[in-house]
Amino acid sequence: MTISRQARYALMSLMGIGLAFIYIPLTVVVINSFNVSKTFSWPPTSFTTLWWAKAIENTGVREALKWSVLAGLSATAIALLLGTTLAFAVSRYSFFGREIISLLVVLPISLPGVVTGIALNNAFTKQLGMSTGLLTVVIGHATFCIVIVYNNAIARLRRMGTSLQEASMDLGANGITTFRLITLPNLASALFAGGLLAFGLSFDEIVVTTFTAGPGIQTLPIWIYNNLFRPNQAPIVNVVAATLVVLSIVPIYLSQRLSQDSTSGGRF
Amino acid sequence: MTKPVIIAIRGLSRAFGEVRAVNAVDLDIFEGEFITLLGPSGSGKTTVLRMIAGFEKPDSGTILLGGKDVSQLPPYDRDVNTVFQDYALFPHMNVISNIEYGLRVKGVDKSDRRARAMQALQQVRLEGYESRKPAQLSGGQRQRVALARALVNRPSVLLLDEPLGALDLKLREQMQIELKELQRAVGITFIFVTHDQEEALTMSDRIVVFNHGRIEQIGTPREIYDNPQSSFVSEFVGQTNKIEIEGKKINVRPEFIVVSKSTSYGNRSVQGVLRDAIFVGATTRYLVDSSLGNTIISTNPREAIAIGETVTLSWDKEKEFLIQ
Repeated sequence: MTISRQARYALMSLMGIGLAFIYIPLTVVVINSFNVSKTFSWPPTSFTTLWWAKAIENTGVREALKWSVLAGLSATAIALLLGTTLAFAVSRYSFFGREIISLLVVLPISLPGVVTGIALNNAFTKQLGMSTGLLTVVIGHATFCIVIVYNNAIARLRRMGTSLQEASMDLGANGITTFRLITLPNLASALFAGGLLAFGLSFDEIVVTTFTAGPGIQTLPIWIYNNLFRPNQAPIVNVVAATLVVLSIVPIYLSQRLSQDSTSGGRF
Repeated sequence: MTKPVIIAIRGLSRAFGEVRAVNAVDLDIFEGEFITLLGPSGSGKTTVLRMIAGFEKPDSGTILLGGKDVSQLPPYDRDVNTVFQDYALFPHMNVISNIEYGLRVKGVDKSDRRARAMQALQQVRLEGYESRKPAQLSGGQRQRVALARALVNRPSVLLLDEPLGALDLKLREQMQIELKELQRAVGITFIFVTHDQEEALTMSDRIVVFNHGRIEQIGTPREIYDNPQSSFVSEFVGQTNKIEIEGKKINVRPEFIVVSKSTSYGNRSVQGVLRDAIFVGATTRYLVDSSLGNTIISTNPREAIAIGETVTLSWDKEKEFLIQ
């Protein structure tokens, strides 16, 4: 497609404005975490790493980080196991209700978090008589983490087709050997990308977490929310926010790289 | 044929939903022959091949491989190997690992399998490519790797599922000759599936023509071409003129009909008018409106003829064939 010079400049400046709206505030958060002024006077007169040191020493922050990592890893592990299994079932076998299952698996990603949160809270505390804690947070997060892994895995399985597995069996490998030597290595980068994204989603989730965590557990986003309006905590909140920004970029970047690799080198 | 039978197929049937893809097929395949399953798409040839390989289970019937019924065995328990249409090379392994794969999963030790894989690589003339990934190879090279990967296992039968379909014409013609030579050299039975009649005629010891899940005819390329047993075969393999003459329906190939201004060159002749002459490279197709009321095609002119001129078409009765 060719577009006129004017149109190209117009599009590029629109894109620039769009990106600026998203990334300038985020950059300010990161810069402010080094701002000497406790009230974030702008522009910063001088820079300091004092807030970072304080944040690292803060036991509340460390607790919260621990819970976030634990919840993220557990939810991702569950999502990898169930999401991959579901993707295999849906892509390799035809059975009654297959399309509906596929829809039901993907649905939670578009459900409002507040609905999922309240529904899960109700189910856990009223119907099942469980007390909210890490387990309930993990289950809550797994509901949408599964979607990410499932989508990644099923896209790769569809593109792989069945002929690689057939070739492997034809050459004398049974089902288990074929899975180990052929299917899994070709699926691995998709699963890794899905796992990273799932962890990223879990790590900054706040709504479902609010309803499933209960009083004992504070994840990082919840800690930020709870400390947001305490003026003397503001610099530390800012540091935590900056950390979340940076930590979110890494998995997204990696998973994008992995997806690109697989589109060029997957099948021919 | 005095050669021993390696595969005996009896009453083989397979349906997909309402469609009878393969319908009561009986077929004997002899040791060391190059046999081609030929037919249009959906004629059942590929399904027969996939049932021999073990990717599809028959609804009924048996497949005896070396005297033993393998029709219910999984692919990894059958002494056959397949060259796939899309090659199905393992993208995460290099060429030599692809070729070694069959030996590796069967537990052949490392130095032995490396030596055999290198030998197979040599057989398909790809020395020096062992550490390339499949994505770094051309279509023809992938084809050769797929061949080596199958042949290194020394199967009693090699199955080839339209393996030349993705190659361009020049390379395809070259591979046809190479495949035939390779088959002679290794002496393994090749079962080759194609919809390309020229390919079938070029390469095969015998051709099995499929249509609607059934076998229409089995024979050598010459038998199939010179003496087709059904109008389907006569039209699918080569070209034919359907002519009604002296109350009989006969068929004649265009190359056996001589078109000339007035002389007859055979013991059968028909008058006509040259409607068009179409140049198709090696030959020219002469379309003649005959006095019998139909269009007869000849590719065998005896002199220069202008369009619109009156011509005589002639051929030998011995070149005619009847179709029930």
